[in-house]
Amino acid sequence: MSCALPAFATASAADPAPPFAVLMELTHRCPLRCPYCSNPVALDAASAELDTATWKRVLDEAADVGALQVHFSGGEPCVRKDLEELVAHATEIGLYSNLITSAVLLDQPRLERLQRAGLQHVQISLQDSEATGADRVGGFKGGHVKKLEVARAVVRQGLALTINAVLHRHNIDRVNDVIDLAMELGAGRIEIANVQYYGWALANRAALMPSREQLLAMDAAVRARLPELAGRIVVDYVVPDYYARRPKSCMGGWARRFMNVTPRGRVLPCHAAETIPGLEFETVHDRSLSDIWRDGPAFARYRGTAWMPEPCQSCDQKEEDWGGCRCQALALAGSADAADPVCELSPAHAEVAVLRDRDAAALEAEWRYRGV
Amino acid sequence: MNALTPHIGESDRLRLAPGVMLRNDRRRGEWMLMAPERLLVLDEMALAVVRACVGTEVADVAAGIDRLTAEYDAPRGEVAADVLEMLTDLRNKGYVVT
Repeated sequence: MSCALPAFATASAADPAPPFAVLMELTHRCPLRCPYCSNPVALDAASAELDTATWKRVLDEAADVGALQVHFSGGEPCVRKDLEELVAHATEIGLYSNLITSAVLLDQPRLERLQRAGLQHVQISLQDSEATGADRVGGFKGGHVKKLEVARAVVRQGLALTINAVLHRHNIDRVNDVIDLAMELGAGRIEIANVQYYGWALANRAALMPSREQLLAMDAAVRARLPELAGRIVVDYVVPDYYARRPKSCMGGWARRFMNVTPRGRVLPCHAAETIPGLEFETVHDRSLSDIWRDGPAFARYRGTAWMPEPCQSCDQKEEDWGGCRCQALALAGSADAADPVCELSPAHAEVAVLRDRDAAALEAEWRYRGV
Repeated sequence: MNALTPHIGESDRLRLAPGVMLRNDRRRGEWMLMAPERLLVLDEMALAVVRACVGTEVADVAAGIDRLTAEYDAPRGEVAADVLEMLTDLRNKGYVVT
């Protein structure tokens, strides 16, 4: 047995191994307005979204390039009336379908239609363990209660449920309550997702950054519970970037596991890649996903290890963390070509702590809700 | 492993967790457990264990171990130890449930 998400070997050394999954951001529209949204600050308009026929072609191309799974995401993918049709098409061509949703637009009849279309898994975001805080973060009254209803319906129908709990200054102290809630709902998995500072979250960092004390308490609480949770719920937990000493393997390595298609059809190596200046992105109207995966300039730019500067180039972890996150290098070191400053070996690492502590102390900072 | 997490035992009945399916990917020539936002590539032994021990048509884990013991002509005690370890790992990673 090998570990999850292997990088597959290919027949030809010249071609990259196929991606594991394609993330399809069907829309940027969303009834929620979370201030940490990972969508770009400049959102695609509804009128710019790909139509049903084009998304079906993109699904065909995802299967052709060798992807095994599709993540229907957004924005809120359920605003698309053709979601069932797209899931059915994915199923027909052998792709495994995940739905990444806020759940506030779902109900049991639609869940049943999606399940009949072949949907396997629903990932629901929770903004907090309790309604007041959750609805304030989401900017959507009644959202939390609705999410719990839908989560229960997902489990009742025998679909896999993941709870995605996004933690920040205002809810991190309730991490145990969030875990309890996920278990009570019958989730098979919980992602304890500390906010990652891209897009809206980067703009709102000073209003979201937890303190060191909060972080240490959360980390201790989660680690203390892991033994008890084993076999009962799968916990995906990573130390938040700004408090880490080594970077995460972002996207499992640039252009190694994932492709991302935006609502208007731009094909990206990661959902935040558009923030990087000078990268040239193709669209689904230009070339096939297979062609773009093989040698698209944005994909080739940071694939593998040849692009790496020091200290990455001589680091024995370079094929583990793949240099960390390019977008974070841009945001924190001023260049996407640099080592991820989250790494303690990066010359810019000390500045991460300065920014972090400054923002963590900005207790009066108010966030700006996501919106157009 | 720890005291709080029970090992899978021979009397357990296991099935694939919701959203998990056994698939053969012809392009890559591999068997895998496809799961929510993840997959697990199975080598020959892991595939044999999943087939023998997991599913509603399997009476219990003991029956699967009996079958594997016969198929591989190996001492039952050794087979059982390896199989229970592997199944416990699969359960803890969310691929199978009791």
